[in-house]
Amino acid sequence: MRKIITLALTGFCLTSCRKDIVLPPQIITVSTPEYTSIQGFYLLNEGNMGSNKSTLDYYSYDSGKYYRNIFASVNPNVPMEMGDAGNDIKIYGSKLYAVINCSNKVEVMEAQTAKRLGQINIPNCRYIRFHGGYAYVTSYAGPVQLNPDYEQKGYVAKVDTATFQVLDHCIVGFQPDELEIVGSKIYVANSGGYMFPNYESTVSVIDIETFTETKRIEVARNLHRLRADKYGNLWVSSRGDYYNQPSRLYWVDTKTDSLIDSLNIAVSNFHLDDDLLYAYSTEWSYITMSNVITYGIVDVTKKEVVTTNFITDGTEQNIKIPYGIMVNPITKDIYVTDAKNYVSPGTLYCFDKNGKQKWNVRTGDIPAHFVFLGKIKK
Amino acid sequence: MFLIRTSFLLLSALLPVQTFAQSSEQSSEQAEQSLVQSSEQSSEQSSEQSFGQAQPSHNTQPSPDSTHSLDKVTVELRNYETIRHTPPPDSTHSLNEVTVEGNRYKEIIPSQKLQGEQLESLSSFSVADAIRYFSGVQIKDYGGIGGLKTVDIRSMGTNHLGVFYDGIQLGNAQNGQIDLGKFSLDNIEEISLYNGQKSEIFQPAKDFGSSGTIYLRTRRPNFDSGKKTNIKIYFRTGSFELANPSILWEQKISNNINSSLNAEYIYSSGKYKYRYRKVENGVVLWDTIGVRHNGDINALRVEGSVNGIVEQGLWNAKAYFYNSEKGIPGAIVNNKTMNWQRQWDRNFFAQGSFQKQFFKNYEMLVNVKYANDWMHYLNPYLPNIDSSSLRIDNTFLQQEIYTSIANKYAIFPNWDVNLSLDYQWNILDADLRDFVFPQRNTILLAGASAFEWKWFKIQVSVLGTFVLEKITRASEYNPQQQQSADNTMKWTPAIFLSYQPSLHHKFNLRAFYKRIFRMPTFNDLYYTDIGNIDLKPEYTTQYNVGLQYQKEFKIVQLNFTADAYYNDVTNKIIAVPKGNSQYRWMMMNLGRVKIVGVDVVAQTGLTFATYSRSGTLYPLQINFGLNYTYQSARDFSDPNDNDPEAGTYGRQIAYIPWHNGSAIVNMSWRLWELNYSFIYVGERYHVSSNIRENYEQPWYTHDFTLGKTFKIGKGKDTGKGKDTGKNTGKGKKFFAHTKIKISMEINNIFNQYYDVVVRYPMPGRNYKLIIMVDI
Repeated sequence: MRKIITLALTGFCLTSCRKDIVLPPQIITVSTPEYTSIQGFYLLNEGNMGSNKSTLDYYSYDSGKYYRNIFASVNPNVPMEMGDAGNDIKIYGSKLYAVINCSNKVEVMEAQTAKRLGQINIPNCRYIRFHGGYAYVTSYAGPVQLNPDYEQKGYVAKVDTATFQVLDHCIVGFQPDELEIVGSKIYVANSGGYMFPNYESTVSVIDIETFTETKRIEVARNLHRLRADKYGNLWVSSRGDYYNQPSRLYWVDTKTDSLIDSLNIAVSNFHLDDDLLYAYSTEWSYITMSNVITYGIVDVTKKEVVTTNFITDGTEQNIKIPYGIMVNPITKDIYVTDAKNYVSPGTLYCFDKNGKQKWNVRTGDIPAHFVFLGKIKK
Repeated sequence: MFLIRTSFLLLSALLPVQTFAQSSEQSSEQAEQSLVQSSEQSSEQSSEQSFGQAQPSHNTQPSPDSTHSLDKVTVELRNYETIRHTPPPDSTHSLNEVTVEGNRYKEIIPSQKLQGEQLESLSSFSVADAIRYFSGVQIKDYGGIGGLKTVDIRSMGTNHLGVFYDGIQLGNAQNGQIDLGKFSLDNIEEISLYNGQKSEIFQPAKDFGSSGTIYLRTRRPNFDSGKKTNIKIYFRTGSFELANPSILWEQKISNNINSSLNAEYIYSSGKYKYRYRKVENGVVLWDTIGVRHNGDINALRVEGSVNGIVEQGLWNAKAYFYNSEKGIPGAIVNNKTMNWQRQWDRNFFAQGSFQKQFFKNYEMLVNVKYANDWMHYLNPYLPNIDSSSLRIDNTFLQQEIYTSIANKYAIFPNWDVNLSLDYQWNILDADLRDFVFPQRNTILLAGASAFEWKWFKIQVSVLGTFVLEKITRASEYNPQQQQSADNTMKWTPAIFLSYQPSLHHKFNLRAFYKRIFRMPTFNDLYYTDIGNIDLKPEYTTQYNVGLQYQKEFKIVQLNFTADAYYNDVTNKIIAVPKGNSQYRWMMMNLGRVKIVGVDVVAQTGLTFATYSRSGTLYPLQINFGLNYTYQSARDFSDPNDNDPEAGTYGRQIAYIPWHNGSAIVNMSWRLWELNYSFIYVGERYHVSSNIRENYEQPWYTHDFTLGKTFKIGKGKDTGKGKDTGKNTGKGKKFFAHTKIKISMEINNIFNQYYDVVVRYPMPGRNYKLIIMVDI
């Protein structure tokens, strides 16, 4: 009988031992204030697929403080927070748009506060750009063809930024990733990433006016990112096929919509600041069975690699898997994130313009995508 | 009105979890006698037919026929993994000669066991549910009846656990995972768990080859005198729209041969309510309730076996067929709560076993098996429902051939040696693009010796593993997959010790050391893109010390075991990020985990004699079982990931709680039975970065089962202990023995919503009704 009582008491104690998980706001002072026209930046953490752990962090230049996981504290009543696998973040007008890939939506917030305004439902959405009051979002989830295998085309969705309604679709290639808008044209990097070994190798050109695909530019296998410089060149990175054809950087003339040439530099992610393209690459070597990582800068005017290691103080050794990259256009500070093993929290590193580490801070899981808040005035 | 009085009943069979078969280490005369009786009872009571056959007059004094029983029990103990046969009562004498010396070498470290009625009365649907009541075990459960359930023993990883079905290992060369959710408890009579290995030398080489082992033993036919046919029909229904009929038909063909056929069908929609919410300082911030979808299952299992005894030997042949279609419930995430992945499985195997003592000192055991496992995975494209669902459609076919021969020779009465040789062939066929179609030939050679001197016992074994890898086709694209992995040749040892300091106390000390590895799976080596042919085997080194203490008082029996262990997992195969894009991985031998743990098992049983006014004895049995596990399982994979707050180095690995345990209370009186079970899994993290964001709350469930048996046959309803079956006379009438048992289960009675695996919600309160007809 005593045992029953003991057991019951134990059971009672255990019942009361289940406390709610409280995550207090996490604000960390990482640097000294810095007063420019840029207030700060948002950093979108992807979170591993299936974990629903995409989070939003904010760094304030005005205070030198880093705010971790602000979406949940600003929007405490939103069920299941931001969602699963954030993939892109941008500000347009007064709104902040976060593309949440596996939650099939674009989360729309107030740019100043990150207060949630609504969502745009787009299945398997990837990247976002804006033009003339509309948002353009790439998606993998287009119509299916049997040719003879099953193949699913991607598309670009045209979204009204006032109503969050999808107005139109333009079918492009397989698994379209980044897009860029130059003049009245949308350029889309088709990857065909799920089509191994028959990757896509083209950039789609869409006329914004008619919202139809007008051209395909043959570039290289498995394209991923593209960015336009101010000279009318579009810089395109390919992932390669991971085996024989390595990742590489190409440029396309947007006046003629033709491929000009390429540079022998592998690119996993890049950031274009003025005339300099900051690019890192992580390539798997089957010889050493490890990742080979480089941090390079390309001068887009000279079309040449200026350096292959923009981190100069040796601290790149601490970075396991570089993931996100961004350069402050005013101070030229370089930001690189480390996604580590993809399941534990990452790190954001800040380097000065000479490549010396200034500070670092813990982020959410897979820190990846940046956007500046404020005006960029020098 | 009943008088309650204490009596000298020996109580054993209903003791949960670990029975007195554990006293097998006792080598004193007295201990052996008591072992015999308790084991005998447990083996009898664990079968339905012998309901209520426990003799109230049994006590620790040897009964006149104990020698016979000793032999019988010993045979069973030694062979129960490979031989499903229990000799019918009238053939007992023919087995008396089978064992002479064998009884001394029982397992040095006994197993944790669940068997017979205790197994039946636990609210468990699958083998995985039942294994939760073992100490040192963690289950990964993705929820529901059809959801994947895998077992991890002492935090070494699911691939290190060997699962044996009637004596022969269940294999999965593709990914090494045995989904224990697939194995119903319908015809399982006993589940035993061994750390290290079964510390008994007469076994196939494979049995030496895992870091821990679970043995599932199906029901052995057992016929009451005069009966030739047993038929049992079950029907289970309840929550999740469950419909689960099954039938078991056992036939006595001759005195020496019997057969059994078991068929089971399971349907469940797998639908249940789940709830996620966030509460801070007592304020509900958000609260969502949903219905779990795509957890449905449709499965048919048919299983037949023939068992026989020959002069000083036993044989068994069985065939198994399982066919299922189920949904794969995915993670519940923001804006996506529906998943559409389907999986079809078709598993077939046939296996046979033969064991015989050829000479006075020599025994041989032969096992053979063929297995054919087909799996179809489909992620459908549903343009009008969910266009984000990318179509993936793959089929996999695995085949396995296994043969084994074990030879035991007794050099002296207290010294045995064993030599076992196994051969296994595996092949994987898949319609993945650029797949290499791997094949593997494995030869296992085990030498083992058991020696006993006074109160000291020792067993030493060495296992040689020789693996020959082959690919049928070179990869077209992946330069690394253009040849097969290197062949493997390894020798690994194990040593088991036990010591009983005093003749007068059932107290003994035990220890073991074992070093063993698991081979990389076909997926680890060859899966398109992520596979790595340079992988080395993943090692575990285990050190264990423990003790066992048993004490019998007048009405109380106590059994207590405690073990402390240190495990070191090296060369652990983990996925590391690869190359220049997200979600690309490579399997590497970069993991390391060190585990310090304590397993404690305590059991006690009380027996009260209650009498009706007319003086009829109705024993009331109450049994308690407690399990507790402490584990510090730390990740030592990446020394650079050492941030004091969020780093993973030296932190608790994913999903391993520091504390977990279970409690079972089982009461039986007359034809009633009441079972209460409690499971507690303490706080843990879902990543080895032990920060608040990765924290998982403890969870605990309380389950109740109430059952009553109704006798339809002529036998008087006099309750346990009185009705020995003799009341029904010679039992000529077909329904003379018929019983109906009705049980009602309420599980997770306090309706706790919890996740075992993050974002895979588990069911809240649920019910089950079980009707069993035993003819």
